[in-house]
Amino acid sequence: MNVPIMADMMALDKQPEILFWVGCAGSFDDRAKKITRAFVKILNSANVNFAVLGVEESCSGDHAKRAGNEFLFQMQAITNIEVLNAYNIKKIVTTSPHSYNTLKNEYPELGGQYEVVHHTEYLKTLIDEGRITINKEKYAGKRITFHDPCYLGRANNVYEAPRFLIKELGVNLIEMKRNRSNALCCGAGGAQMFKEPEKGTKDINVERTEDALKVNPEIIATGCPFCNTMMTDGLKSKEKEDVIEVLDVVELIANAQGL
Amino acid sequence: MHYLPNILFAVLLIIGIGFFAKNVKKLIRNIRLGKTVDRSDNSSLRLKNMINIALGQSKMVKRPVSGFLHVIVYVGFIIINIEVLEIIIDGLFGTHRIFSSLAGFYGFLIGTFEILAFLVLVSVIVFWIRRMILRIPRFWNKEMKGFPKNDALYILYFEMVLMSLFLVMNATDTHFQQANSGNLISQFIAPLFNGFNAETLHIIERGAWWIHIVGILVFLNYLYYSKHLHILLAFPNTYFANINPYGKFSNLKSVTDEVKMMLDPSIDPYAIPVESDTPVDTVPDKFGAEDIFDLDWVQLMNAYTCTECGRCTSVCPANITGKELSPRAIMMKTRDRIEEVGKNIDKNGKFVADENNLFTTISNEELWACTSCNACVEECPINIDPLSIIMDMRRFLVMEKSAAPQELNAMMANIENNGAPWQYNQLDRLNWIEE
Repeated sequence: MNVPIMADMMALDKQPEILFWVGCAGSFDDRAKKITRAFVKILNSANVNFAVLGVEESCSGDHAKRAGNEFLFQMQAITNIEVLNAYNIKKIVTTSPHSYNTLKNEYPELGGQYEVVHHTEYLKTLIDEGRITINKEKYAGKRITFHDPCYLGRANNVYEAPRFLIKELGVNLIEMKRNRSNALCCGAGGAQMFKEPEKGTKDINVERTEDALKVNPEIIATGCPFCNTMMTDGLKSKEKEDVIEVLDVVELIANAQGL
Repeated sequence: MHYLPNILFAVLLIIGIGFFAKNVKKLIRNIRLGKTVDRSDNSSLRLKNMINIALGQSKMVKRPVSGFLHVIVYVGFIIINIEVLEIIIDGLFGTHRIFSSLAGFYGFLIGTFEILAFLVLVSVIVFWIRRMILRIPRFWNKEMKGFPKNDALYILYFEMVLMSLFLVMNATDTHFQQANSGNLISQFIAPLFNGFNAETLHIIERGAWWIHIVGILVFLNYLYYSKHLHILLAFPNTYFANINPYGKFSNLKSVTDEVKMMLDPSIDPYAIPVESDTPVDTVPDKFGAEDIFDLDWVQLMNAYTCTECGRCTSVCPANITGKELSPRAIMMKTRDRIEEVGKNIDKNGKFVADENNLFTTISNEELWACTSCNACVEECPINIDPLSIIMDMRRFLVMEKSAAPQELNAMMANIENNGAPWQYNQLDRLNWIEE
């Protein structure tokens, strides 16, 4: 796996086509790291000239902001913006809808103006430009449902890019009853990922997993490391984790390509 | 003596409209208690939203049954108001059915009104059945007790009575029935009054006419106290609503200034503050919202616009899974607090601090249950944004009160110390490459 670091590139006076914003989950969470690696493998196979910030990347501050800590968010944002601007970054791709949303919508006012795309949008571009061709053999005919991450869907109106990719795999894409703008949250957003839920009758991820189970899928696809965790936990609570897989769209593609 | 009804009518009209104008003034005053927020940009998109969403009811019909019935009541309400114009002219000048000189066209107009009135009556009855017989859950959440529940029913009863009066008025108008033009519905009601003498019929007709117009004036004045205010506020509310992507939350300007200063190595922390234009005794902006004064005026208008339909709450993941949070309740409690402050101002001439604020009725438990998923914002048929109030109140809890849940404090401490919400070393950020 070839992972160019931005500082090294700068030293060689080179500029990447895109900066891959790995995000905290993608860097540290064991499950999410697999998503990161799958994406990098595809970038490598498509010969994309990219770079990561590596140790110079810091938390986007999204969770702090949603938790109400605007101070911490802006400290993180302004620090990150200084790094990104120093490297003269123009285009950022990220596998986390949370980083995606905050970099795209909340950084500009603080001095960080970049073109920010989610990895599903970027992968669609790679296909449109003929830089990757999807192998349809691996998943042909599989029943796959897609869980819309709130910060990709409702927050930014990206509903079709991930669906386009899933359909490219030649699978049987089945929609849950609540989908697209009506999709139910997995329960992780708004900093819920980091705390126990309030008292209630059920956990949100269980409710959402039940939505998925109703359409009887073989795979639940999503496009967010946090949704991935929540849906996986939901399946565990239903003791279905051995029969149904939760995969990021980019993992489906990497698997299909045999990467 | 001949002019007595005209004078009585004029007086009622003046009182009705005058009282309404007074309440509108109060409404505007209360909304202005909020902070300024600039929504003067992109007026063409705003206008388009208002036309599609408020006038065109585009988000309402996403739920086809209630949406369709609502469109009938709404169209009926607007079109039947042409009839009110005739009533006002007749009332003021002592004429009878002044527009009837339009002959054939008048028949067409009244015929349309009658059909609409009938459809409205049926729709309103279906609404009542949905609430009281089918007991659709969103009408029975715990915030829908007492006045909020009755308010909804009063409105339905009002509409039932007004529509019935209109039809009875036409049915008992002998000349109108004899002309047999436009009495599409009332001709079927007229036989109910067979055998009544002309005098009685006239009294019933006049009675219906008077109660109808007085009812309309009472209804107009009931608006301010009711969820029904949305029939007016839906328009400005959709015009001034947030048009950014839902994911974009505001960046607090007051925080930006401080953060920039903290991160700027050239600034001397011990320097004497530069003289500024702001007077010394101005209170610095609070971080986040503790009371309605800390919200912006659009958020306050949102609260008055909310018609308590509960679509937001019915899609809220927290509420669906039995948590305390209900986005509708957030809007209702905000409105109640604005009203409380408004009454305080009415009484004292200006706001005199009391013991209450938004936190008196909105609990931390509700605020922390939110996943910020924007389902409530997406769902609202008139673009109310409960999430923005929840976030502003969280900001107050965290930045002014340091009252975040313990686990979130740990998460935030990690971000501060090692640039990630978990306790990992920043230098391990690339470990995924080797695994």
